[in-house]
Amino acid sequence: MPVVTYRDALNQALREEMDRDPNVFLMGEEVGVYQGAYKVSRGLLEAFNERRVIDTPIAELGFAGIGVGAAMVGLRPVIEFMTWNFALLAVDQVVNSAAKMLYMSGGQIPIPIVFRGPGGAALQLAAQHSQALESWYAHVPGLKVVAPATPYDAKGLLKAAIRDDNPVVFLEGEMLYNAKGEVPDGDYTVPIGVADVKREGSDVTLICHSKTVTVAERAAERLAAELDVSAEVVDLRSIRPLDTETIVTSVQKTNRCVVVEEGWPFCGVGAQVVDELQRRAFDSLDAPVLRVTSADVPMPYNKKLERAAKPNPDRVIAAVKQVAYLD
Amino acid sequence: MATKVLMEALSPTMEEGKVLSWLKREGDTVSSGEVLAEVETDKAVMELQARGSGVLRKILAGDGATVEVGSIVGIIAAADEDIGSLLQADPSKQAPPQAEAAKPAASRPPPKPESPAMAAAATTAPPSAGRVKASPLARRLAEDRGLELAGVSGSGPGGRIVKRDVERAAIRPLPVAAGTSSGYEDVELSQIRKTIAKRLVQSLGPIPHFFLTTEVDMERAADARAHLNGLDDGPRISFNDIILKAVAAALTQHRDCNAWWLDGKIRYFNEVHLSVAVAVQDGLITPVIRNAHMKSLRQIAAESRELADRARNRKLTPEEYTGGTFSVSNLGMFDIDQFTGVINPPEAGLIAVGSIAEKPVVVDADVTVRRRMRLTMSCDHRVIDGATGARFLQTVRRMLENPLAIVW
Amino acid sequence: MSQPARLHHVEPGRAEFYHRLLRQMLLVRRFEERAGEAYAQGQIGGFCHLYIGQEAVAVGALNAIRPDDYVFASYREHAHAIIAGTAPGAVMAELFGREGGCSGGKGGSMHLFNVEHNFLGGHGIVGAHLPLAAGAAFASRYRGTDQVVLCFFGEAAVNIGAFHETLNMAALWELPVVFLCENNRYGMGTALERAAAVWDVYRRACSYDMAEETVDGMDVLAVYEATRGAVTRARQEHLPTLLEARTYRYMGHSMADPIHGHYRTKEELEEQKLQDPIQRLLRQLLDDELMTDAAIERMRGEVEQEVEEALRFADESPEPPPEALYTDVYRD
Repeated sequence: MPVVTYRDALNQALREEMDRDPNVFLMGEEVGVYQGAYKVSRGLLEAFNERRVIDTPIAELGFAGIGVGAAMVGLRPVIEFMTWNFALLAVDQVVNSAAKMLYMSGGQIPIPIVFRGPGGAALQLAAQHSQALESWYAHVPGLKVVAPATPYDAKGLLKAAIRDDNPVVFLEGEMLYNAKGEVPDGDYTVPIGVADVKREGSDVTLICHSKTVTVAERAAERLAAELDVSAEVVDLRSIRPLDTETIVTSVQKTNRCVVVEEGWPFCGVGAQVVDELQRRAFDSLDAPVLRVTSADVPMPYNKKLERAAKPNPDRVIAAVKQVAYLD
Repeated sequence: MATKVLMEALSPTMEEGKVLSWLKREGDTVSSGEVLAEVETDKAVMELQARGSGVLRKILAGDGATVEVGSIVGIIAAADEDIGSLLQADPSKQAPPQAEAAKPAASRPPPKPESPAMAAAATTAPPSAGRVKASPLARRLAEDRGLELAGVSGSGPGGRIVKRDVERAAIRPLPVAAGTSSGYEDVELSQIRKTIAKRLVQSLGPIPHFFLTTEVDMERAADARAHLNGLDDGPRISFNDIILKAVAAALTQHRDCNAWWLDGKIRYFNEVHLSVAVAVQDGLITPVIRNAHMKSLRQIAAESRELADRARNRKLTPEEYTGGTFSVSNLGMFDIDQFTGVINPPEAGLIAVGSIAEKPVVVDADVTVRRRMRLTMSCDHRVIDGATGARFLQTVRRMLENPLAIVW
Repeated sequence: MSQPARLHHVEPGRAEFYHRLLRQMLLVRRFEERAGEAYAQGQIGGFCHLYIGQEAVAVGALNAIRPDDYVFASYREHAHAIIAGTAPGAVMAELFGREGGCSGGKGGSMHLFNVEHNFLGGHGIVGAHLPLAAGAAFASRYRGTDQVVLCFFGEAAVNIGAFHETLNMAALWELPVVFLCENNRYGMGTALERAAAVWDVYRRACSYDMAEETVDGMDVLAVYEATRGAVTRARQEHLPTLLEARTYRYMGHSMADPIHGHYRTKEELEEQKLQDPIQRLLRQLLDDELMTDAAIERMRGEVEQEVEEALRFADESPEPPPEALYTDVYRD
């Protein structure tokens, strides 16, 4: 199977879906002439011309709304935010327009749109450019929220998102764009709302998504080697809808759980996972579910402080020792 | 045809409105759309319009009256129309004739005096549940295997019973108290002691714990330890060894804390057998230093080290970890300032030892830095009363603050 | 300004067209009066923004587009929904929150939708529907159709970022959209002069090199002509226009707000009512003998009956079933 980067997997998905459906177009800052701020859209302008690959001014609220308006009359826009930090300017259109249109029109107007771009922290970009905001969007009924961790999932989920008749918030990761993995040639989709067990284990479940999948996998390797603890790694892939079946099944097997996420702790994705577990797997829990999150602070610039703020394998291992009563 | 003037919903959240002033009087001719009155809603001052034409025959809610939305505040009808039936219809919806504010405050019924029983109950804070702490999974497993959780000792944080504790308990009978010797005296329970025991169990759970904390100045103990360890032979003395020695010595002076709670009686010991909590890989075990009150600091140091090693290697025999009369648990090495330990039944007391830390303290009106340590004693209230425990703890503190007192 | 001005040129040959405009204005005014009463009786809840006074704008403009053109409006849109083709009963039922409402009772006064007639809302966040309208115009260009988008909004929306972002992109990309600002002079209780540095809304267009025009919004024929010009520009040249119609609302911002008080005087309101768009058209049709008193009375009777039927329809329409709570959140 060909090995490609996460970036190119996304590029393939866009290219294939634009080939497949003439209603699909890509709009955003620097997507065309510049070839994409992170080169996800490389070559698309040449392949599809400026009718379908549209460079915008820096006006997130405006072009997000134009995307929603185009979706109201049946087009299938893919709106690229250079990063999700800038998408905060467009939250009104994502939440008040895209998410609610179907409901408040009594089912008349679906909004088949994808909002995509990198989220989370990269390296030393400081407070305004380093944040994982998936829980903001996941809070809103009417939106779907996905955050793939691997090239395979990135391509399959983006194709599924573009074909979905609902607004999908698609969170990529700047630090993931160069990640490599096997991606089959040809058409496939990864269903939205289905988690993936990335590694099987029996002693503890590590629940993660996006960049923290790597963190969890590294922790799992060390847990096995150093402490003889067998960790199961569950990649949520979709935050909303949340695949509670897979989560609950895993924890019923392992009896212990640590949620690893890049967002802040308060009202984070992990809080929702913990809520599901305490209701649906209460009698299977041998310890309280613990969470490893970003520190509850704006992201510092300093390299060491930044490293300390992010989830890492050491913090995951410490949490696992606690839930497995190994301290 | 007569038209009822209703208090209208003039805002989405309005439940009642206040008639600020009528712009029309009874007898005035009004036409549909004309403003009858000004009404204060929860949001603004609004105009109440006539919904029909005729004569404003009756005002039912005067200036200043606050009435519910939907209440009739007036009636518009032809000058000669009989409105009697309207005035009588649905009295519950009729507005009160006068302003709410005009009601004398005294007409409000006085508050009911609380019954003495209620008042008494309110002053007694409900006791916190002394429930057995266990993980949900451990509870389920114990139920499946017919095990009483109360009989299982928990190895999790705060004594939480977790899965492995239930599994271990299921394959091994609980340690039974070691055989007795003549080194004790059984005392039958007096009525008052029985009643205290019963009531405290009812209120707090299987073991009615209470806790006493004191802070000990460890400067002298540290000096003594440094001197002793400066001698070249013999085992190194740890702070914990000094604490064990002090506790053992103090217990000889406070037999009322060196005891077991047994069903129907309390056993007071003349000998001190100290249970020393040792963390092992999968939990916690308490090997016993027998006759600790008779042993030298060197013997205690050597024996506690040896027992701890054997505990970690799982080499202890049941005799070696049962039969203690009092427990000491030390988490100072984990930088725990203070904590409350869970009593190791049938023992009646435990001292939990926190870390030794430098702290500013006032000595002779000067702020100075001293090494301080916190001791927290857990007491079984069926055996030890507050003052009993406090006196014992005071002795321990004095001994540690003046190590010579240990051998006095 | 005591005597109302004559209307924009009236042509004797178009009597039937004028009758239609008059009838539509009478219909939506009566509709709003009855909606206000139903609100006061508790049959309508939430926010309810009435259009009384501004009828010439919606009626004039919506008669200047084709049925396949798209319409977007703000939350003061009962009249727009009706004139765009929605049955008054379906609008009233929506205000009543009933299943027979044009949004199934789930949208309410501020969220009227009628896809069948390309009436695309009903939007409750000031200025937020301007980019949506530009998006529909973008789709029109994308597909190569000649459909035009007509977007109504109040003058308070011109100070919000979405207005500027949208006008810039609409001009830059040459989108076929008419931005019709209904300048009724007050954003809730704040006069335009207290909220904007530039008091002529149409002048904002020069920032985006966009065509603009201002028109007497109390003159239904003037609004019609101006909109027709802007629509033609959009359809034939794909160019957007900022059209400012100067109008006046007789009611409070919403049913929960005072009609006058701290922010405007009763005298101002009474003077504005002399320019009433319905009265002006009516008087002129009588003066020019394009309509008789009897015909007007007959028309009023018909309109009255139509609104009563709308109320009856709304009243008889069932409440949405409990399971409607969870439908239409996602499209399967």
